[in-house]
Amino acid sequence: MTTPILEIRNLHARIEEREILKGVNLTIPAGQVHAIMGRNGSGKSTLSYVLAGKEDYEITEGEILLNGENILEMDPAERAVAGIFLAFQYPIEIPGVATMTFLKAAMNAQRKARGESELSTPDFMRAVKEAGAQLNIDSDMLKRPLNVGFSGGEKKRAEILQMALLKPALCVLDETDSGLDIDALQVVSKGVNALRDANRSMLVITHYQRLLNHIVPDVVHVFSDGRIVESGDKDLALQLEAKGYADFDATAA
Amino acid sequence: MADYDIPTLKEEIDRETVESVLALDVDKYKYGFETDIESDMAPKGLSEDTVRFISAKKNEPQWMLDWRLEAYRRFLTMTEPTWAKVHYPQIDLQDMYYYAAPKSSPAPKSLDEVDPALIAMYDKLGVPLKEREILAGVERPKVAVDAVMDSVSVVTTFREELAKVGIIFCSISEAIREYPELVQKYLASVVPVSDNYYATLNSAVFTDGSFVYIPKGVRCPMELSTYFRINEKKTGQFERTLIIAEADSYVSYLEGCTAPMRDEAQLHAAVVELVALDNAEIKYSTVQNWYPGDKDGKGGIYNFVTKRGDCRGVNSKISWTQVETGSAITWKYPSCILRGDGSRGEFYSIAISNGYQQVDSGTKMLHLGKNTSSRIIAKGIAAGFSDNTYRGQVSAHAKAKNARNFTQCDSLLIGDKCGAHTVPYIESRNGTAVFEHEATTSKISDDQMFYCQQRGLSEEDAVALIVNGFVRDVLQHLPMEFMVETQKLISISLEGSVG
Ligand SMILES: Nc1ncnc2c1ncn2[C@@H]1O[C@H](COP(=O)(O)OP(=O)(O)OP(=O)(O)O)[C@@H](O)[C@H]1O
Ligand SMILES: [Mg+2]
Repeated sequence: MTTPILEIRNLHARIEEREILKGVNLTIPAGQVHAIMGRNGSGKSTLSYVLAGKEDYEITEGEILLNGENILEMDPAERAVAGIFLAFQYPIEIPGVATMTFLKAAMNAQRKARGESELSTPDFMRAVKEAGAQLNIDSDMLKRPLNVGFSGGEKKRAEILQMALLKPALCVLDETDSGLDIDALQVVSKGVNALRDANRSMLVITHYQRLLNHIVPDVVHVFSDGRIVESGDKDLALQLEAKGYADFDATAA
Repeated sequence: MADYDIPTLKEEIDRETVESVLALDVDKYKYGFETDIESDMAPKGLSEDTVRFISAKKNEPQWMLDWRLEAYRRFLTMTEPTWAKVHYPQIDLQDMYYYAAPKSSPAPKSLDEVDPALIAMYDKLGVPLKEREILAGVERPKVAVDAVMDSVSVVTTFREELAKVGIIFCSISEAIREYPELVQKYLASVVPVSDNYYATLNSAVFTDGSFVYIPKGVRCPMELSTYFRINEKKTGQFERTLIIAEADSYVSYLEGCTAPMRDEAQLHAAVVELVALDNAEIKYSTVQNWYPGDKDGKGGIYNFVTKRGDCRGVNSKISWTQVETGSAITWKYPSCILRGDGSRGEFYSIAISNGYQQVDSGTKMLHLGKNTSSRIIAKGIAAGFSDNTYRGQVSAHAKAKNARNFTQCDSLLIGDKCGAHTVPYIESRNGTAVFEHEATTSKISDDQMFYCQQRGLSEEDAVALIVNGFVRDVLQHLPMEFMVETQKLISISLEGSVG
C-alpha cells in the first residue's frame, strides 16, 4: 500500500490544562477528500491548528505523519514547506502588506526553503493572474493589504488563492463556506475542486452538508468531544443534516 | 538673525530625555569593518589649540577661525545637559580626537587622485562613487555623492554637471573658502551657535560636511547625497551641512551614515541647516545606520544631532524623511520653522530600536507665518529591551493664522520587554489654528505570526514583512534609492528580535 498523505494516530492535545483533542485517529490517502463535521466547540479548529503546528497546544500523546514522516517536531513554517496548508476559519489581517506582496513573500519563502530559485516577477504575475481569475479576484483586491477590510467572502477567496499558488500536499479547509453567498460558494468550490489531485489530500471542516454537494468528499467523519466518533461516505452528511448530532453523542459517551 | 524669538525651543530641548543605553544585539552589523587608511590626526582633546588646528588644516579664512573661537568660548560656559534620566556613561571630551583625515590626498581634484583603498571602502558600503560606472548604468537614477570620512570630504561626484545649471555641491570646507559670502550669510542662521550644548560644540570643531546651493528657479536634476563614515578610533564626527534653496528651486538630498564596530562609544554631533526661500522645496532624507553597540553594551554611536529647516520664504516647503536604525543613543528632532506665509513642513519617520538601543526622536513644527501647514507621520518600532520615544512639538504663534497640523504617531512593539512612548507638546496661541493628533500602539500578534508562518515564512521574515507593512506610509516618501535599502535594513535591524 502507498503511504497516505496524512496519518493521525491517537492524538491528544491540550491547551492550558484543558484537554481538547482526546484520541484522534484519521488517515487520508493521497487523492482523497475527507470532511469533518461536528458541533461548535468539539475541537475541529483545534485539530487544524495542531496540524499546522500552532504553539499554544501541548501534544500529550500520539503522532501526526505527513507522507509517512512525523511532523510534531517541526515548526509551522517547516510544516508549510512540507506541504500543509490551512485555510483559516478567521483569516488574519496583515495591515500595510499588499496581498500581492504577501503572496510573493510566501511563495518565495517556500521555494527558498526547498532550495529552489526565486520566482521571476513575470512568472509570479502570470501565476497570480491565472489563479486570481478563477476565483474572481481582481488586481485591485491584490493591491489592498491582506485581509484588511476584506468582506467575509473576499477573505475566504484570498485563502483559496494562496492555496492554489502554494500547491500544498495537504489542504485543511476550516469552514471555508461560512460567510459565503451562493455565488461565492460556487466560485470557491470550483477553485477547490480544481486543486483536487491524485497527489493531494484535503480535509474539509464544515457545518453544512450543502458545501459537500459542491466539494464531494470521499469520506465524512463526525467529530465529537475531541475525537472522531463515526465515519462514512457522503450520505453520512445527509443523515447528520436530517437528525443532528444527538445520536453520535450517545456513541461517544 | 540668529536669535529670533522661539521661546519654547530651549525649554523644550531641556525637557528632552535620553535614557541609558547599554547594549544591543546586533553582532551582524554589516558595516562594522575598519579600513586601514593612514590618517592625519589632531592632538587628542578639546582646547583652543584644537580649534585652531582644525581651522588651519582647512585653510580657513580668519573670519571662520574667529567664528569658531567665539563658539568655543560660548561652549566653555555651557554644561552638558543633565535633564532627567540621562544615564549613559560620561563622554570624556578630552579623550577624543576632533580631526582625522585620510592622509593621502586631503583635497583630490578628481576621482583618479583618490586613494584606491578609500574607493574600495565606499564600494563595500554600497556607495557608488565612480561617476563612469553610474553613468554607464542606464536604469539607475543619477545620484551625486559627497563622501565624508572622519573629518574630511573625500570626493564629490558630478560637480561639473551640476555647475552647468549653477548648483554648488561641495564640502563645507571648500564652500568656506570659495563662497564665503553665502556661508557667512546662512551659517548658523537656522541653528544659532549657542542653540544647545552639542550644536555649540559642533560650531567650534566641525570638520566637514556638505554644502548645497540651488540658484533661483533651478530644479536640481539629480538626487544629491552625502555618505558619512566614521573610520578612526576615538574620533568624534562633527559634520555640518548647509543647504540653501533659492526662490522657486527644488532639491532632494539623501544622507547615509555608517561606522565600524568599536568598543568605545563614539560621539556624532552634527548640525544640519536648511533654508528654503520663496516657493522653494527641500526634501531631506536620512538613513541612519551608525553602529549601535554590541550585545554586551559596549560601544556604539551616540547620535546627538541638531537638524532644522527654515521655510523662510512664502509657500516654501521642507520635508524631512528619516529612517533611524543604528546608534546606541539617538537624540534627534529634525524641525521646521514655518516662517513664510503658506509654508509647509513635513516629517516622516521610521525609528527602529532593538537590543538596548535608546531612541528619542521626533520633530518640531513651529508655525510662525499665516496659513502654514505641517504633517507628521512617525512610526516607532521597538524590539528587545529597547526604548523608543516619539517626542514632538507643534506650536502656533500669535501671527500664525489658520495654522494646520496633522500628526499621526504609531508604535509597534515586538516582544514585551521594550517600550514605546509618545510625548506630544502642542501649543497654540492662535484661535484659528487646527491641530490634529492621532496615536496608536500595537503589537505584532501571535495570530499574525502564526498566519505568516503557516504560509512558510520564517519568524524573522514574518516580522520583517509585518514591520514593512507597518511603515509603508513612510516608506513611500523615501526616494527609490533608499526604499530598497531601508526594507533590507529593517530585516537586519530586527534580527534576533523574536524567538
Ligand atoms: N485558548 C484556549 N483556552 C481554553 N480553551 C480553548 C482555547 N481555545 C479553544 N478552546 C476551547 O477548545 C474547544 C474547541 O474549540 P475549537 O475552536 O477547536 O472548536 P470547533 O469545533 O472549531 O468549533 P466551531 O464549530 O465553533 O468552530 C472549545 O471549547 C474552546 O472554547
Ligand atoms: Mg472552528
